[in-house]
Amino acid sequence: MKNRVLIAEDLYLLRDGLVHLLQAHGYSVVAAVESGPELLKGLLELRPDVSIVDVRLPPTFTDEGLQAALAARKQLPGLPILVLSQHVEQLYARELLADGSGAIGYLLKDRVFNAEQFIDAVRRVAEGGTAMDPEVIAKLLASNARNEPLAALTPREREVLEAMAEGRSNTAICQRLYLSESAVAKHTASIFAKLGLAPSDDDNRRVLAVLAYLNSR
Amino acid sequence: MLRRYAHIAALLALLVVEVAVIVLSVPMLVLSFTMGLVFLFPWQTMLVRRVAALNRRLVLGWTGVEIAPPYLPPPPPPVPQADGMYRSDRTLYRTPRMPAWNNRWKWLISDPATWRDLIWLVTDPTVKIVLVPVLVLVPVRGLRIYALWSRLLLGATAASRLASQVSHLRRTRNLAADSQAAEMRRIERDLHDGTQARLVAIGMTLGAVEQLVDQDPAAAKALLAKARDASSETLTELRRVIRGIHPPVLAERGLADAVRALAMDSSMRVTVDVDLPNRLEAPVEAAVYFAVSELLSNAARHGDASTATVDISAAGPNLRVTVTDDGLGGADPAKGSGLSGIERRLGAFDGVLALNSPPGGPTTVTMDLPWALPGNGARKPSRLPRWKTFTVIALLATAWCPTFPQGFVAAVFKIIGFDEKSWFLALYLPPAWQWPGIIGMITLGVAMHGLAIWLSSTHDRDRWLEAASPARLWC
Repeated sequence: MKNRVLIAEDLYLLRDGLVHLLQAHGYSVVAAVESGPELLKGLLELRPDVSIVDVRLPPTFTDEGLQAALAARKQLPGLPILVLSQHVEQLYARELLADGSGAIGYLLKDRVFNAEQFIDAVRRVAEGGTAMDPEVIAKLLASNARNEPLAALTPREREVLEAMAEGRSNTAICQRLYLSESAVAKHTASIFAKLGLAPSDDDNRRVLAVLAYLNSR
Repeated sequence: MLRRYAHIAALLALLVVEVAVIVLSVPMLVLSFTMGLVFLFPWQTMLVRRVAALNRRLVLGWTGVEIAPPYLPPPPPPVPQADGMYRSDRTLYRTPRMPAWNNRWKWLISDPATWRDLIWLVTDPTVKIVLVPVLVLVPVRGLRIYALWSRLLLGATAASRLASQVSHLRRTRNLAADSQAAEMRRIERDLHDGTQARLVAIGMTLGAVEQLVDQDPAAAKALLAKARDASSETLTELRRVIRGIHPPVLAERGLADAVRALAMDSSMRVTVDVDLPNRLEAPVEAAVYFAVSELLSNAARHGDASTATVDISAAGPNLRVTVTDDGLGGADPAKGSGLSGIERRLGAFDGVLALNSPPGGPTTVTMDLPWALPGNGARKPSRLPRWKTFTVIALLATAWCPTFPQGFVAAVFKIIGFDEKSWFLALYLPPAWQWPGIIGMITLGVAMHGLAIWLSSTHDRDRWLEAASPARLWC
């Protein structure tokens, strides 16, 4: 099981909370750091199975964490990283997704409140999947408002697309939207046809294709 | 050439007007200052200002010599006190009329330009008559000489420029303070009505959970889930407030990426082009960010635009921001859109906004912020050019010679009747010419000292003042 995790968070309470939460779910925390330089060193030397990184870290309190994550993934492509932030920006999401290698997550810090869903996102990222915050996806779709193929989707298809863009597997989409596996598969096929994307059975590759489509605008 | 002579004819014809104004002014001034008919003084001053303004306009049209008006800015209208009365010095008035009149009187009588105007008016006819031969023989040169003469007495002085700048700064400072106070009130309201209320609700829910947890664990659990959702909503709300205060991307990445993030979040296709040598100061960044944000949302909402471009670049020491969209156009700042708010916000940095929005589009908004680029804020005064430096040094190095030995020492020799002539040139002259020679030497020396001081003290002053003055001095 991929359970070696690194945590980078400067607020003691949140860092401690994350350590406890992850340990309770069977992860072993290999490092809990609180600044950008420490983070980059830890990412490159320990190569954790998954890292949970706050965007804003000391010493500059700007986007130190994000920069460290991008730098580490440049040297180790596909290094699984889940980025947490108090606010989500399309700009950052696009930078994280730009290398197209997956194993990336970008969530609001609030998502930690729901331990189950948060651990699910950590697991997805560790396994090479994607976890995008619903708010990022909403912004992506809003900025695609004038996109005609998207406007042609039915409301149900749009919901499936949103869930898919967040990085959820077919099974998870079924549970969330109370649909059968076959109905989800049908919707997915229809979405891909309408957007002119090549269908794929692989969950992760499918998500990346959808995000790339939304980002291409 | 014929036009020049027409100009000269007009110039001389104005003599009649000037003489008429002088004839009118003298009794008005005498009456207002000796007979107590003080109400005549403002009329007289405004009359002279009219003539001066006409002269400035004509000179500009004929010779291109620009004469900036030197007048102090008019006093603001009187503001009533808390009890509704108007105060002027130690007297209270029911209506603003008297205080306004008093202020106006003080404004006119304390402005040196009033008296300079008067001196100009009285001397101008003589100057014109003296200049007639020059004007007739070399009209172009003559008109220029006349223009320079006018500028001498009608132009702005360093003091008047500074005074107007101070009043401009006071006005923009007040605007900035006002908008900041309004901003604070808005934030306070947002926090009070939103975040604070939600936190109270969460606290109450948790209190209920505390009571329920032993008797009805299931209900307590449901309430806890509710509290969690409420805290999530509170955070969403708080994020919105923070975005309105200072957007996180701006703090984390600076203006360029913050505007790019704005462009991404917009429903329009927005092209962003930022070309700046380095990061701007934080307040300028914030002002530009909110301006661009407002303009983009206006374009999408009111203009129904589908594409827009944002260009942020340096224009010399100034910052220039251009936002163009392909919307419907016809935007009007007077209609209370966000444009006046943007203008106020930029005003704190002496920034100006130019709007070009013909019906049918496209709309272009250009914003200029003078001296907004870091490192350019305080421009060093340029150094003296080499020839001036040499002249000043040469003058200071030699001026002592005519002043002291050739002037004063020779004078002392002459007074005490000392027979030695030494190297004092004036003493070699015939006796009748000796005193004029000595005085000439002293005058020459003093003039050389004076010239050296004048050369070094006046250099760059006007340019420095221009750079330090706001773009719209007389608005």
